[in-house]
Amino acid sequence: MLSARHLPILAFIAVVIGVQFLAQLTGKEFFLTQLTMTAYYSLVIVGLCVLMGFAGQISLGHAGFFAIGGYTSAVLTTLDLMPQRERTFIALLVKLKVIGVRPDLYGGTVLTIHPWIACLIAILLTIVIAYAIGIPVLRLKGHYLAMATLGFGTIIYSIVLGTQRFGAADGISNVPPFQLLPGLSVSGASGARIQNYYVAWGLVVVAMVLLGNLIDSRVGRALRSIHSAEDAASAMGVDTARYKLNAFILSSVLAAIAGVFLTHFNGSIGPSQASIMKSVRYVAIVAVGGMASLWGTLLMGSILNFLSLRGYFGIFDDAVFGGILILIMLFSPEGILRFNLIGIAKQFLHRVQGSKDAA
Amino acid sequence: MVLLDVRNISKRFGGLQAVKAVSFVVEQGMIKAVIGPNGAGKTTLFNLLSGFLLPDTGTILFNGEPIHGRPPYQAAARGLARTFQHIKLFSQMTALENVMVGCHVWSRAGFLAGMLHLPRTWQEEREIRESAHDLMDFFGVASLADIEATSLSYGQQRAVELARACAAEPTMLLLDEPAAGLNMRETADIARLILKIRDRGVTVLIVEHDMSLVMNISDEIIVLSYGEKIADAKPGSIQKNPDVVRVYLGEDDA
Repeated sequence: MLSARHLPILAFIAVVIGVQFLAQLTGKEFFLTQLTMTAYYSLVIVGLCVLMGFAGQISLGHAGFFAIGGYTSAVLTTLDLMPQRERTFIALLVKLKVIGVRPDLYGGTVLTIHPWIACLIAILLTIVIAYAIGIPVLRLKGHYLAMATLGFGTIIYSIVLGTQRFGAADGISNVPPFQLLPGLSVSGASGARIQNYYVAWGLVVVAMVLLGNLIDSRVGRALRSIHSAEDAASAMGVDTARYKLNAFILSSVLAAIAGVFLTHFNGSIGPSQASIMKSVRYVAIVAVGGMASLWGTLLMGSILNFLSLRGYFGIFDDAVFGGILILIMLFSPEGILRFNLIGIAKQFLHRVQGSKDAA
Repeated sequence: MVLLDVRNISKRFGGLQAVKAVSFVVEQGMIKAVIGPNGAGKTTLFNLLSGFLLPDTGTILFNGEPIHGRPPYQAAARGLARTFQHIKLFSQMTALENVMVGCHVWSRAGFLAGMLHLPRTWQEEREIRESAHDLMDFFGVASLADIEATSLSYGQQRAVELARACAAEPTMLLLDEPAAGLNMRETADIARLILKIRDRGVTVLIVEHDMSLVMNISDEIIVLSYGEKIADAKPGSIQKNPDVVRVYLGEDDA
């Protein structure tokens, strides 16, 4: 059952495959590493697009959710339980294969939680935190909401920066590969570049399909109605508080999943992933991508993140995103990739007719 | 049968008693109007009924169930839909999509179903689309379905807003000054639409400034003055009521 609505997805898949071949042919296979990282950041950004562009709720704390995912997985998968292996509870978990023995970098063996379990725990923790934060702060609107989420992001940043267990300023390294299936794992091994590239962009494809469906559904209309006129949405029976909360949780979970995967891909995570500048960057990209445009956001996010990761912005990396934010807010608060072509054409026709009438 | 039973509701804003111990009932199937000069408390009363304001005292029973003190979406879910004095259509959505939002209360698909686009979900989506189309047809705005709602003319927006409210399949519709900002011809069109809505079996409560509209279509009229109910009767006797005449024509000063 293919229809017009599947075309963008198919085109996207074609581009993903095309870029991989292009990198291969031009001998720039190392680009795939940054492209893989770009994919994970895109996951955060398209989730934030649903929250900001469609539900109309800003969050300046999404780097916090990314960090919650990444750090939870990093802590759990590097926590060596070997000394406690005699305890009945640990022994039971070993039997259930929740915990397994794996070799460490130095030839020894460690007993750690399986990444799948760590990933699930990270997602559950994110849902709980997003729920607890979302209920009070989503009552706020506009810049009050922005400031409250900024406060949340700041707290998470301070926690990861100041906690020894989270590696303080150094972060956590030696995070093991995430074996998704036998023979398929998320890791930074240079021999696994291509498979990692497809895992990452595969996740983005899945997210785009799911979010695209959501936007076109009853829920998507309800979210857009909240964005446009919250009291009218409520009068039409939309439980606005619940829908905003669910959109917040959904986008937080996507950020957390991105955090989990990127941490296993990089083999490490540091406090900069939780920094406010990262949150600002995500918001800037959603804005420049057109706010209420999943594809525009994905396109701009991919280009800007890739350029940033390749170091094209040099020491002005953060400044570029700050500058983008200023320009967008000044000249096109609705985002630049949202030209209403039909509207512009109509206006043009009106003007032409108007000048004829006048003549 | 009594559909809406308002008992002794009051609302004060600081030093202003906006609504003062107002009681009335609305029988199922009728068109009832609330009129009064500016500042009489009409819109406050309206916001109390639709859950946008909390009454200081009193109870509001809809279908025998108390609805005061509940958020507006719950009133809508119970079959009480409303429109706004200043039309509030959803911008950046087409007229059809606006009406489709009206179908929210009787459809079910949640976040998961929406993302997975299950067969059940697209079946429901088709029902929503068809029902929204039918309603736009009913209100004579089917040809505007794909136009961005907020770019329509004022009269067209009123019709789309009515279609959106009716899409919720309400048992009762609250209309907040439906003729506000309309010219005489558009007002007559709206009057016809309101009668059509009533003929669908929907009870209608109108808050209105425009006497010609309510005198022509209402079965009963309530008159408010300074937050108090001063009359509640059929249109014919309202016009002869000396209190009402005084409030509207200011005989006091004569």
